[in-house]
Amino acid sequence: METKYYFDYNATTPTDPRVVEEMNKFFIENFHNPSSFYRKAGEANFAVQKARERLAELINAGSSEIIFTSGGTESDNLAVQGTAYKLKEKGNHIITSRIEHPAVLKTCKHLEKNGFQVTYLPVDRYGFVDPEDLKKNITDATILVSIMHANNETGTLQPIKELVKIAHHKGIYFHTDAVQSTGKIPVDVRDLDVDLLSFSSHKIYGPKGMGVLYKKKTIKITPLLFGGGHEKGLRAGTENVHGIVGMGKAAEIARLEMAEEKKKLRPLRDRLQKEILEKIPEVIINGDTGKRLFNTLNLSVKYIEGEAMLAMLDQQGFALSSGSACSSGSLDPSHVLLAIGLKHEEAHGSLRISLGKYNSREDVEKLIEVLPAVVERLRNVSPFWQNK
Amino acid sequence: MMYTKKVMEHFQNSQNYGKIEDADGIGKVGNSRCGDVMWIYIKVKDGKIADAKYETFGCVAAIATSSMAIDMIKGKPVDQALSITNKAVAEALDGLPPEKMHCSVLAEEGIKSAIEDYQQKNK
Repeated sequence: METKYYFDYNATTPTDPRVVEEMNKFFIENFHNPSSFYRKAGEANFAVQKARERLAELINAGSSEIIFTSGGTESDNLAVQGTAYKLKEKGNHIITSRIEHPAVLKTCKHLEKNGFQVTYLPVDRYGFVDPEDLKKNITDATILVSIMHANNETGTLQPIKELVKIAHHKGIYFHTDAVQSTGKIPVDVRDLDVDLLSFSSHKIYGPKGMGVLYKKKTIKITPLLFGGGHEKGLRAGTENVHGIVGMGKAAEIARLEMAEEKKKLRPLRDRLQKEILEKIPEVIINGDTGKRLFNTLNLSVKYIEGEAMLAMLDQQGFALSSGSACSSGSLDPSHVLLAIGLKHEEAHGSLRISLGKYNSREDVEKLIEVLPAVVERLRNVSPFWQNK
Repeated sequence: MMYTKKVMEHFQNSQNYGKIEDADGIGKVGNSRCGDVMWIYIKVKDGKIADAKYETFGCVAAIATSSMAIDMIKGKPVDQALSITNKAVAEALDGLPPEKMHCSVLAEEGIKSAIEDYQQKNK
């Protein structure tokens, strides 16, 4: 059966048709290099600048503070490595958390092999970093704190403002990976006072392969890519004009429509949570149920494994994801779920439901109808359920 | 993740699961930390596997290999059942993705462990 019910919007989103429409012009009709001289190039350049303004407006930044990248991963790499290399004379210590996206975690691991020291802050059972813990771990050598805004798996929202204040009190730069929050909830870089912030296009109904690093005007970082001096020398390479235009349009739509989406999706997510807890025994909700993205629901179904659930659901047209090892192709289950204290088997049995703007009430009712039977079938097969 | 039709059939429609209350041998293999646990029950009569069932906590491949392994040993003389390899189980399913071959290993170990349990009890 085809995928009829898509519940994996935190993984990626379909491109909004209005976005595609704006992009189309820049493949053939106006394919020109924005850096060239003639009028058509000027038009392409104008479109890039317009997109820059739209993206800046989404996060309340200045348009000169927007750096185009190839996505969230590059933005995270540029923020963390770019700061580390720029400030290496000043210090070699970075603080991050255990629940970051691999784009931050693996970048930190790489830096550890190159003379930097990294502290990975733990989180509590709801997924929160303790601000006191950040305070305690700052040393004279600390140059950067990188802590994500909303977690991609649980949706838990960190107290970024409070954490930024602690870092700034000691004159330390603060980066946040806001890939999951930007475009879903208001993200205001002035209010948060972060120095660097990453977000991505394909999580907000824009094209894949595009992202932004917001860099506060006063902050200096070292580039990762060298070449033609694009993006003020911070990210060389001819602009991906159609991608930039598409991401810009997606940002505008997100800014104008996010409140409406929240109004529609939050009750749907809450209904899913309530019905699942009522219909299926021994289910744990992962993450915080208060300070959480309105579209995300992460749960562990005890005594069964996630990939098996995904496969049964897939056969019936549902697309979801899981933190089980099997669904990710690694041996360990989700590092985020282990960090909030789940047992391995509970993390293997996790299910992430993430809603988006094309979900309907009917989709949700269908999932509520189908999931209990899937769980029952797999529990009937499970030795842990049968012999508990 | 792409599975063969046979794997999906065994995963979804297997009738071989459950418990045998008066089993002659039980094999318990795997580790829940890694996400796969397999229990194999066998009933032996006149030197043959008269009945066999499984209970499995694990992914699609773990459940499908359990089911296929049960199909392959039912009705077989014990010594023949003992010689079933993980490769044979995987081949009978028209193959497994490389990173899932360990599930077929688990199925082989489960069968062996159940038969050894039976042999221990009947020395």
